[in-house]
Amino acid sequence: MKRSNKPIFWSLFGAGGMLSALIGPALIYLTGFQTGKLSYDRVLALAQNGFGKLAILSVISLFLFHGCHRMYHSLHDFGVHVGPSLKAAFHGFAAVGTLAAACLLVAIGF
Amino acid sequence: MKTFTRPMAGWWKRNPYYLWYMLREASCLFITAYALMLLWGLYGLQQSKIQYEEWRESLSSPVSLAFHAIALALVVYHSWTWFKIMPKTLPRIPIPDWLVVAAGAAAVLVCTTALIVLT
Amino acid sequence: MNTITIECLRYHPESDAEPRFQSWPVPFTDDMSVLHGLQYIKDHLDGSLTFRWSCRMAICGSCGFVLNGVPKLGCETFLRDYYPGTLRVEPLSHFPIVRDLAIDQSDFLTKLQSVKPYLINPDAPKKGTFAQAPKQMDEYYQYSKCINCLLCYAACPQYGLNNAFTGPAALALLHRYNADSRDAGKAERMQVVNAEDGVWGCTLVGYCSEVCPKAVDPARAVNQNKIESTKDYFFRFFRE
Repeated sequence: MKRSNKPIFWSLFGAGGMLSALIGPALIYLTGFQTGKLSYDRVLALAQNGFGKLAILSVISLFLFHGCHRMYHSLHDFGVHVGPSLKAAFHGFAAVGTLAAACLLVAIGF
Repeated sequence: MKTFTRPMAGWWKRNPYYLWYMLREASCLFITAYALMLLWGLYGLQQSKIQYEEWRESLSSPVSLAFHAIALALVVYHSWTWFKIMPKTLPRIPIPDWLVVAAGAAAVLVCTTALIVLT
Repeated sequence: MNTITIECLRYHPESDAEPRFQSWPVPFTDDMSVLHGLQYIKDHLDGSLTFRWSCRMAICGSCGFVLNGVPKLGCETFLRDYYPGTLRVEPLSHFPIVRDLAIDQSDFLTKLQSVKPYLINPDAPKKGTFAQAPKQMDEYYQYSKCINCLLCYAACPQYGLNNAFTGPAALALLHRYNADSRDAGKAERMQVVNAEDGVWGCTLVGYCSEVCPKAVDPARAVNQNKIESTKDYFFRFFRE
């Protein structure tokens, strides 16, 4: 039997699941109901900080990998025939989102 | 040997356990959408103050508030099911299952409080 | 004495294109199991009803059915708990139906064979027995209680959607041997673990562990091995 590459995607899924489980509720509460705390200056300062960049990238990237991995499996649960191309599409989407976030954070600079 | 295998279509509607499973899985739609929303805000942040503020304004729109309300409910459910399931994914440790779940719930409370208080 | 309506799936391949349902009124007392009810139908109402059973005490694993949508053993489920409604009895989900309530379990037997469910140890003592401390037995004991009743396969939608998936009981038994201190065959079994249809076919629905009559907790066995498989995947480069 061929060895599956699942461990890579499962690890990313797991990291995203843990992160979203821990800080998801608070984040959603903030952006939904406490936007006063998200002024341009404060958020820019966060994005210009090294650790801030890491935090923002982690959230966007890992949330995307978690979500996309699960969505891919949910398609299968609904009976949709999923193959390597759909797998590449879903995880590729998360990878593109990660790359976009990384580029933006680099562009924002210090 | 002639046999009959019944179709799987609609399997998840046949048992409440499966419905809850599908709800758990549905949380991923909102987590993905939320990440894309943040990405959009990051783009605004990079472009200009005006564009960022436009994004921030849009967060208070009725559509956004509805989205956030549903996303919040689903992510809380995801969080709860995540830690409830976690003991099954851990190797054998001298910590009882209920304690792992309780520790997870406590960690969520701590993170939530910290994020809300420190911002 | 009360009477309950039992509705069973019927399928006779020689005459039926597809399954149908048939109901009978079954008089019962409080101490009668669902298996008792089926036996009453066969003995007094319709001798053609086909179903498997043996020990009547939840150890042989023969009498698995789906009762009102839930996989259960007929011998340890009671008619009184379904009264006054109708009890619908169906064969185990996700398996081909051979006749009435009997399914073809040969796919499971193939899966079971593939996990090598026996002690593999070239250094086994030539004379006498292995020594094993109670604490060592604790590591695998719960997984050894599997009676191969297949309720977990009936519960598992991933097996239903793709029957190439090794499935809960087979993977639990794989883990039972890997975790046994007397066994040295883990490496041989990793091929099954690491495959797409090994542990990675599981999305942790968890219903398998809910329905297991022996508290084997196959969901735990499968998901502990996801970590093993991940470790194996990333650390193989260090081993070689």
